[in-house]
Amino acid sequence: MKYKAMSLGVALALAVPLAWGEASVEEYRAALADKDANPGLLTIDKGEILFKEKRGPKNASLEKCDFGLGAGKIKGAYAQMPRYFKDTNRVQDVESRLVTCMVKLQGFTEAEVKTHVFADQRSNEGNTDLEALTAYVAYQSNGMEINPPLKHPMEKETLSLGEALFWRRTGPMDFACSTCHAEDGKRIRLQPLLNVLNKKDIQATMGAWPTYRVSHGVVRTMEHRMWDCNWQMRTPDIDYGSPAAVALIAYLTHQASGGVYDLPGMKR
Amino acid sequence: MNIKLIIAAMLAATSMAAHAGKDMQALMDKAIAESFKPGEGQDLSRLKQDETQMLCSTSRNSPSPKDAEALMTREKATIQYPADGKLMGDWKQGEKLVKSGFGMRIGSIEPDPPAKQKGGNGGNCYACHAVDPKEVAAGNMGPSLTGYGKLRGQGEDIAKYTYEKLYNAQAFVACSNMPRLGHNGILKPAQIADITAYLLSSESPVNK
Repeated sequence: MKYKAMSLGVALALAVPLAWGEASVEEYRAALADKDANPGLLTIDKGEILFKEKRGPKNASLEKCDFGLGAGKIKGAYAQMPRYFKDTNRVQDVESRLVTCMVKLQGFTEAEVKTHVFADQRSNEGNTDLEALTAYVAYQSNGMEINPPLKHPMEKETLSLGEALFWRRTGPMDFACSTCHAEDGKRIRLQPLLNVLNKKDIQATMGAWPTYRVSHGVVRTMEHRMWDCNWQMRTPDIDYGSPAAVALIAYLTHQASGGVYDLPGMKR
Repeated sequence: MNIKLIIAAMLAATSMAAHAGKDMQALMDKAIAESFKPGEGQDLSRLKQDETQMLCSTSRNSPSPKDAEALMTREKATIQYPADGKLMGDWKQGEKLVKSGFGMRIGSIEPDPPAKQKGGNGGNCYACHAVDPKEVAAGNMGPSLTGYGKLRGQGEDIAKYTYEKLYNAQAFVACSNMPRLGHNGILKPAQIADITAYLLSSESPVNK
């Protein structure tokens, strides 16, 4: 499995610069869709081990973590997130919820958990614990409908906030998320851009995250995508699991409601 | 229905109304303030919107005709010109700026490497525009600029328009997606003159 995944990665890396015609780009995308060759499955396995392992000052696993369906119930939980949590009195996505559980159940400090959230692709680093845990928990909703709840007033407020932030232009480039993601058929260079306002488009995209990114060699999560887009917009770093990041993820997830999770995804 | 239930229902209704009526701007400001942390490599001033960014955000890039007019007048007034007054610079320098997508990335995770910063920012034009017909990896967010000078000539008027458009796109199109390259300090006036020359010059690959 590992060998197969590696050879695919090498083949893709070699194949891409050879020809930039549309046909070869299509072939490349077709190769990415081969689920059995998705190296993200290894990250999910790593996440499962970490999830069940007793860790931290309290020597506890994350098996009692409540992702909204009750303590220890992870089957289908990701498909119903982000959601409001009474104990923290805020709307949380899967990643900010994992931080909460690592603090409450395992006794880590939030600062410890958030010291190094994303793998550094520049040094070919493997997935971080948080990325692997996220991939594992999300995978327990594979094949399920994207169905975030919208009952609690704070869930409604977070959704409206996320939509407003999607259109908020800022920084030296005058960019907002909507600059690149509100029209069909647009590209940055040769990279096609998702149209968040197009139901099919956003369902396909959200249904494929967390996703194995070939160019990074690791699984990336929605929190990383929020950071990455903000970084490209030339803002400061958006904080992991912060209200703005969660609100944007809530907006994107609600736009994709009714779609189906097909995990792990694989992207450029 | 007993009185306690009625009071509870009224309180619930009030709390719902308070949420629905909350000023979205205040909610956004609070979320932004809580979501970006100060520290080495961060520049929180980039999150503060100017009048134009705020208007384009709240109107979702469709301001009223009156607001659009005021916006374009305000942006036009920001335009500054090279010290030597020449709006057509060196097209070869312009070509380098058009190709380069470097610059302005900050933060503690992946800031621009200091060694590269010495070369200065690029214009990142290919992200959105086709320019040199030989470059196939061009984006399509903006219109194709291939043959720009061949179609328009090299007259003073078109040079002035091109320079000003590059300096501040919103002087011509309110809430344009294009960054205000000069006004926001991404490129210097002399560099914008170089790109103007690259687009217009008959020597430039753009017009071959």
